[in-house]
Amino acid sequence: MTQIFAYIPHQGGVAADIAFEFPEAAKKLDGAATLTAVVTGSGADLDKVANGLTSLYAEVIKIDNEALAYPNAEVVRKALLNVLDANAIVLAAHDTFGMDLCPGLSIKMDSTYVADVVDFEGVDGSLLKTVRQELGGAVSTHVTCDITAGAVVTIRPGAFAPVEAGQSGAVADKSADAGDLTGKRRFLEIVEAEVGDVDITKSDVLVSVGRGIEEEDNIEIAQELAEAMHAVVSCSRPIVDAKWLEKSRQVGTSGLTVKPKVYMAMGISGSFQHMGGVKGNPFIVAVNKNPKAPIFQVADVGIVEDILEFMPELTEKVKSL
Amino acid sequence: MEILVCVKRVPDTAENEFELNSAGNDLDRDDLVFSVNEWDNYAVEEAIQIVDNVGGSVTVVTVGDDESEEVLRREMAMGANNGVLLSDDAFEGSDGKGIASILKAEVEKGSYDLILTGAQADEGAGQVAGMLAAMLDLPYASLVNKVEVGEGKVTVGREIEGGNQEMNEIDLPCVLSIQTGINEPRYVGIRGIRKVAKVEIPVRSASDLGVDAAVIGDANAKVKRVDYFVPDLGEGAEMLEGSTDEIIETLIEKLKSKGGL
Ligand SMILES: Cc1cc2nc3c(=O)[nH]c(=O)nc-3n(C[C@H](O)[C@H](O)[C@H](O)COP(=O)(O)OP(=O)(O)OC[C@H]3O[C@@H](n4cnc5c(N)ncnc54)[C@H](O)[C@@H]3O)c2cc1C
Ligand SMILES: Nc1ncnc2c1ncn2[C@@H]1O[C@H](COP(=O)(O)O)[C@@H](O)[C@H]1O
Repeated sequence: MTQIFAYIPHQGGVAADIAFEFPEAAKKLDGAATLTAVVTGSGADLDKVANGLTSLYAEVIKIDNEALAYPNAEVVRKALLNVLDANAIVLAAHDTFGMDLCPGLSIKMDSTYVADVVDFEGVDGSLLKTVRQELGGAVSTHVTCDITAGAVVTIRPGAFAPVEAGQSGAVADKSADAGDLTGKRRFLEIVEAEVGDVDITKSDVLVSVGRGIEEEDNIEIAQELAEAMHAVVSCSRPIVDAKWLEKSRQVGTSGLTVKPKVYMAMGISGSFQHMGGVKGNPFIVAVNKNPKAPIFQVADVGIVEDILEFMPELTEKVKSL
Repeated sequence: MEILVCVKRVPDTAENEFELNSAGNDLDRDDLVFSVNEWDNYAVEEAIQIVDNVGGSVTVVTVGDDESEEVLRREMAMGANNGVLLSDDAFEGSDGKGIASILKAEVEKGSYDLILTGAQADEGAGQVAGMLAAMLDLPYASLVNKVEVGEGKVTVGREIEGGNQEMNEIDLPCVLSIQTGINEPRYVGIRGIRKVAKVEIPVRSASDLGVDAAVIGDANAKVKRVDYFVPDLGEGAEMLEGSTDEIIETLIEKLKSKGGL
């Protein structure tokens, strides 16, 4: 019988949203498998999370240790290796912690690894069939993974439908099994992101520019459109990496989460890390010169044009209204 | 500080419109434009800056075919001191674990204080660095956006959700995967490329490396891409067509009704 363990990320005593998504993912992976939540941490916060999870999972394993108070992947890995069954399938989030933990965990468990899965198509013999994306979401792929000796799989946050509470599970305390938790990497502190001059999360309309803007000087074209629309300029990550706009303008998983009414994606390809920051179901307008850009799969309205020509014309028309 | 940077030649997402081949099971690979993985340029730049500060040398390595030599030369034109190409028919079709095993064999031939990779490459996996570190029993940090070299250790910042930064202290030697934005990779011109055009780049095969044959190549890959496909995602966007004037007119009406104007 296949055993699936879902590693639950949490903060401040609250499980991450993906805790609601693992049960659906596990069901699609193998409907006959047992599913156990695993949660590591320390003290009252951990208890709160673990108890809360019993409404979603029949079994919740908690590992309590001061060394786990902050989720340092090296330390968490040690604890998991001592607690999990060797041939288990481990599910984790494809987030910055999952990316830190999982590749190495799969090596130490001597199992296989598949990252950033967006769907499962079940198990056939010893092969698990998964769906992934490559090239920034431009293409999808089927990837099979041999689960004979178990597997570690990260799933994309938001890819699986959340389930409703409906279990009345129990917490099993495996803290005593955690073993030696000293490591060669020590967590120091969190440095919070800087706050910028403009709060893009407060604007109902965002004119968001991506790498399609091509040059720093062209940012002005977007600013003029934003001004005409009484909107604010936001951007994708490469624009911040190039230092053309401040980090506080970046939309996405490693930037800000915005909930505007209208989101104008100008020369943005539509990677999941970018779209992960666009919430609240806004009306999305995408302008991109590549008709195959993945953004057209998630936008409401798509326009195949060069933004450097399109934006000034739109600005003129809006001004003349 | 002796630094090894792993780099990969990948299809350039900015320069290509990806299409499936006529059989519909692979990318149409004719005319694809390739370049070095975006993240790897940041890793090489970081390595060069570290060596500029504390001394040492930067070696760039890739597992690939003959054509992958061009990305090594590009990174050497940036300022990497040495390049090594790991190439063998037996490597073809390796999964992430296979690639990490090949790189491990090369790491063990040298004596590196620091091994850098990009945070992820074309497949969006972000797996090779963490696997390599675990195989070598070295400490690891992913998504690094700050490196400060200390005595026998480095202080690193990891970029986590919301743009916050998680600071860690990590013992050397270690493996770090580098996130974009950590620095501004220097520009490489034609002249720079020309300067390194004649530099000898050693090529190492499976037997040169003594890599474990049981984990490399297609036959031993336990994780396999079986096909490419275009997902059926429902309707997608309503595409506005016509002249630019017509498109703008329609768009303005829609924006008005949705609260955008
Ligand atoms: C851990 C992690 C976290 C990340 N966090 C974020 C994040 O928070 N936010 C974020 O945005 N990204 C994030 N990324 C990066 C993300 O994966 C993508 O690389 C990034 O979103 C791509 O930005 P882009 O769409 O602007 O650029 P590209 O993907 O290069 O797309 C540019 C688009 O512009 C189009 N184009 C080019 N020229 C023109 C023109 N003249 N007119 C019209 N269209 C044009 C092209 O066809 C293309 O579709 C993260 C990555 C990682 C690994
Ligand atoms: N074939 C390869 N040769 C050398 N380094 C690689 C190779 N594949 C991946 N890497 C390294 O691992 C990083 C992450 O790639 P991946 O794990 O494939 O997402 C890349 O940025 C490279 O630094």
